[in-house]
Amino acid sequence: MSELIRLDKLTRFFDMGRGKRVHAVDSVSFSIAEGETLGLVGESGSGKSTLGKTLLGLYDKTAGSVMYKGEELPAHYRPRDFLRMANVMQMIFQDPYASLNPRMTVGEIIAEGLRLTPDMQTGDARVRVTAALERVGLHAAHASRYPHEFSGGQRQRIGIARALIMEPEFVVCDEPISALDASVQAQVVNLLNDLKTSMGLTMLFIAHDLSMVRYISDRMAVMYLGSVMEIGKAADVYFQPRHPYTQILIASNPEPDPGREKQRLSTPIKGEIPSPVNVPAGCRFASRCPKVMPVCREKTPELLPLVNEERLVACHLYTELITPAS
Amino acid sequence: MTALLEVSNLHVEFDTYGGIVKALRGVDFCVDAGQTLAIVGESGSGKSVAMQSVTGLIPMPPGRITAGSAKLRGKEFLGQRRLDGKTICGDEIGMIFQDAMSSLNPTMRIGDQIAETLEVHRGYSRAKAFNRAIELLELVRIPEAARRARQYPFEFSGGMLQRVMIATAIACKPSLLIADEPTTALDVTIQAQILDLLQSLQKETGMAIVLITHDLSVVARMADRVAVMYAGQIVESGSVEDIFYRSAHPYTLGLKLAMPSHSGGEDHRLRPIPGSPPDMFSPPAGCAYCERCDRAMRVCQSDNPPIFSVDKGHLSRCWQQHPQHIAPSDGLYKGTPAQIVEVSV
Repeated sequence: MSELIRLDKLTRFFDMGRGKRVHAVDSVSFSIAEGETLGLVGESGSGKSTLGKTLLGLYDKTAGSVMYKGEELPAHYRPRDFLRMANVMQMIFQDPYASLNPRMTVGEIIAEGLRLTPDMQTGDARVRVTAALERVGLHAAHASRYPHEFSGGQRQRIGIARALIMEPEFVVCDEPISALDASVQAQVVNLLNDLKTSMGLTMLFIAHDLSMVRYISDRMAVMYLGSVMEIGKAADVYFQPRHPYTQILIASNPEPDPGREKQRLSTPIKGEIPSPVNVPAGCRFASRCPKVMPVCREKTPELLPLVNEERLVACHLYTELITPAS
Repeated sequence: MTALLEVSNLHVEFDTYGGIVKALRGVDFCVDAGQTLAIVGESGSGKSVAMQSVTGLIPMPPGRITAGSAKLRGKEFLGQRRLDGKTICGDEIGMIFQDAMSSLNPTMRIGDQIAETLEVHRGYSRAKAFNRAIELLELVRIPEAARRARQYPFEFSGGMLQRVMIATAIACKPSLLIADEPTTALDVTIQAQILDLLQSLQKETGMAIVLITHDLSVVARMADRVAVMYAGQIVESGSVEDIFYRSAHPYTLGLKLAMPSHSGGEDHRLRPIPGSPPDMFSPPAGCAYCERCDRAMRVCQSDNPPIFSVDKGHLSRCWQQHPQHIAPSDGLYKGTPAQIVEVSV
């Protein structure tokens, strides 16, 4: 599989004034192969959504770069960059209520991207909208209705149709199922999986539901305070987490099995995610880590590959196991 | 032994511009002292309305309790504010909600908000109530309680605010705590902390908990007994093991199959429940789930099923449980011999 997207030390800070800076995304590097689904998990405030938006150019990059098929994308997008990239990268948003304009019909919402394409005829657009609606399991007649006439799951399908009508290669799904009920979540996840196969999509799937991310992703990355702590095959990261933070995250995730839950030990983590303003030196997780060592407070661990494993971990515990740089 | 809270045949309607919404259509459940009952269901199933109508928190009008009864230790209190000189809501029953930030007053100090409960319900003096508020903050494991009590809600994180809500709810030592989606807005690590806290407070005080949630994993972790709600009715109830290992209603089974498996190995493809819940303006004459049910029979279209007893303490509102129906053995548990315990009206 060839590499589609590569992030190299991608960084996004927000200036708060008076010398305060929010380190939302701090030097994140990874790549996504063509046709792959990369899951991105982490607590709220860990920078997952900011990462997705910076990747797409919705936020300017503070530092670092995004490569698309070997081409470096601009740090600051101008209108024509957005026009060009709209055919390549799209986004599906979390809130199916807030992300659809209530004054536009579903047909107008879905066709909006097409209108930007020069020499697109109205008749062609209508055909494409119908096809897009049918692809996500809705009906052509729905195009003339308004968003309030639809349920949450149907609205999320409209959001998916809007993103996919541009026939993108890469889609960022930012918590696409968090606002939906369990039975409907499965409908949307299956739809995304089917579309991924039929359209050959590459996806960055951002969510906080660990079990669902494990299910849908090929690989999984865990973020904490703007940095990636661990990245590897989804099942490996979920079932044999290496980084102490991943271990705690997985251990906190309840399972729908009362027998297993009764045996669960009580919560292993104290405290909450610290403020991302002016992050201290050393490992970001040091303040909550049960296995903290003196070195953790001084030196920031790098995200490095482990010996004999397809996984990268940013933790001083594994210094011995790290594959020497070749 | 009488149950702590016993609700039976509760019917609630709401007047809206679109017509009358039949939010609850005959709901029965009971909670024993010290026990945790989880009420689980999708949005709109009526799980919050059930508890809010019991505590008198639904706005009337437009809401209306058309039938039913609610008894606390055997004494009827539905529609009343007080029972035996104690207020129902506050003294006997404490409540916490999903969105702690909007449930607290942003212009009042945290300590004062907890203290207010004690001033109103217990007649404490200002100073005494404030000191007790600090003790309560310590009880819910908030560090530096004395300093934090003088801060405002915006200075607290979501998890800490949920702890404050719990402190307020248990201030008057209620015998029952209703937790309405207490961890839905929280991260898993914070969710684990709050669930731990609820469990240890329950051990210390012996209060019963009614946990309203849509998350089956939270149910598995917390509940002794479970009631599954769909379209304003309880479709299955039983012990947590009954519900998870011996599901006797197709909806419960459907919810389980719609989730990814948690063990290693090959994944099954998720089996979503097709369609969406029925329109509550005109609920169907038959079973409310039959449109989405892959086992629906002719009788399901025309007649709402009665409640069948599957095993002791395990009830299911499904025609598949009829004693004369031989259910195919594909995952749905069938008690033998099932019995009709209540014919629905």
